[in-house]
Amino acid sequence: MPGLKDVKDKIDGVAKTSQITKAMNMVASAKLRGAQEKMESFRPYSEKFSETMGDLSGGMDGGNLPLMEVREVKAVEIVVVTSDRGLCGSFNAHILSKARNLMQQYESEGKKVSFVTVGNKAHQGLKRTGKIRASFKDIMGTFQMFNAREISMGISEGFINGDSDQVDLIYGKFHSVAVQKPEVEELLPIKPVEGEEDAAEKKNEVSGAYIYEPDPEEIMEVLLPLYLNVQVYHAMIEVGASEHAARMTAMDNATNACKDIIAELTQLYNKARQAAITGELMDIVGGAEALKG
Amino acid sequence: MAQIHLEVVTPSGPVISDDVDIVTAPGVGGEFGVLANHAPFLSTIKTGTLNFKKDNQTKYLMVSGGFSEVSNNKITFLVESAEYGHAIDVDRAMRARERAEKRLAQAESQTEKINRIRAEAALQRSIARIRTAELAKQ
Repeated sequence: MPGLKDVKDKIDGVAKTSQITKAMNMVASAKLRGAQEKMESFRPYSEKFSETMGDLSGGMDGGNLPLMEVREVKAVEIVVVTSDRGLCGSFNAHILSKARNLMQQYESEGKKVSFVTVGNKAHQGLKRTGKIRASFKDIMGTFQMFNAREISMGISEGFINGDSDQVDLIYGKFHSVAVQKPEVEELLPIKPVEGEEDAAEKKNEVSGAYIYEPDPEEIMEVLLPLYLNVQVYHAMIEVGASEHAARMTAMDNATNACKDIIAELTQLYNKARQAAITGELMDIVGGAEALKG
Repeated sequence: MAQIHLEVVTPSGPVISDDVDIVTAPGVGGEFGVLANHAPFLSTIKTGTLNFKKDNQTKYLMVSGGFSEVSNNKITFLVESAEYGHAIDVDRAMRARERAEKRLAQAESQTEKINRIRAEAALQRSIARIRTAELAKQ
C-alpha cells in the first residue's frame, strides 16, 4: 500500500492537471466561437463565387485553360491541412492516416505521390515519408487569405509545369462541435460544375444576356486561381474550427478523467489513512494490554 | 434618381450593402461606371479604387483582385479585400510600398517567380491604398 504522502501528492498533481485542461477547454471554446464567426462571414463570398463559377464554366470545355486540363494521371500531389498544435484528441491522427491510406492507394496504382503540408502536425506526421514538397507551418492561428494564395500558387505552378497531374486536398471538415471528419476533395484539375439537364440551355440564355469584360475565357483565367484560393482558404477555416472543437472535446474528456482519478485516489487515500489509524490503535491497545500484564 | 443596389463581399465578410446612385470600378479592361438598370454584366476587377455616389457624397474603397457581377439592378463585387479610404493608414501603406519596392528589386535579381509576383501584388495594393486614401481626403 502506497504511503499517505505519496497519494496526497498524486491527488494534488492530478487536481492541477485538471485545472489546466479545464482552462484549455474554455480557451478552445472561446476560439471556436471566433473560428465559427470566420466561417460564417466567409460563406456569402464562397457561395456567390461558386454560383458564378457554375454559370460560367457550365458549357465551357476546359481545354484551353491550364488549370482545367485533364491529363493521364502519373503524379498526384496531396495537400494535407491539419492544425499547428496537438492536444486535440485524434483529430490530426485521423487526417494523417487518411493521407497515408491515400498515398498507398495511389502508389499501388503506380502513381507518384508528393505532399504539401499545411500546419505543423501535417509536417511532423508525414516527414518520414520523405515526400513533402512544400510545407507551411505556424500559419493556422492567424491565417489570412494571402496565406491561402501562397499555398495555392505553389500548387497550381506544379500542376501547370506538369509536376503533378492531379491535386487532392485533405482536411478536417467541421460538421458540428462533436463531429469533425477528414474530407478528401479533388482540387485540380478544376472540373466544370455540372448542373441539371437544362443547365446548358439555361447557360446559353444567361451568356446571351450577359456582357463579359473581357471574354468569358479570360475571365475564367482570372477566376480559376481565385477559385483555388477560395477552396484552400475554406479548408483552412474548416480545420481552424474543427481543431478548437476537437480540443474542446478532448479537454472535456481529460477533465472528466481527472475527476475519476481524483475520486479513486481519494478513496485510496482514505483507506490508507484508515489503515494507519487502525494500525496505531492496535499498537496502543496492544501496548496497554502488555502493560496490564 | 433611380438607384442600384451595391454589395461588396470579401472573404472576411460583407463590407457594404446599400442603394447608391452610381458605381465606378477598376475593371481589368479599364475603369467602368454602372448606373441603375444596367444590363447584366460580368467583369474582372484589378487592384485599385472603387467609388460610389450616394446623396451627392462620393465614397472611396480600395479593392484588390476579384470580379463583379451586375444583374437585376444589383451590382456585386467579390474581392479579396476592401477598405474604406478614410480608414486607411497612409503611413503604413507608404512603408508597405517601400518594402514592396525593395523586395521587387531583390526578386528581380533572384528571378524567383513567386516572390516577384507576390511583391508586385503587394506594391499594387499599397499604391492603391495610398491613392484611395488621397481621394477620400479631397
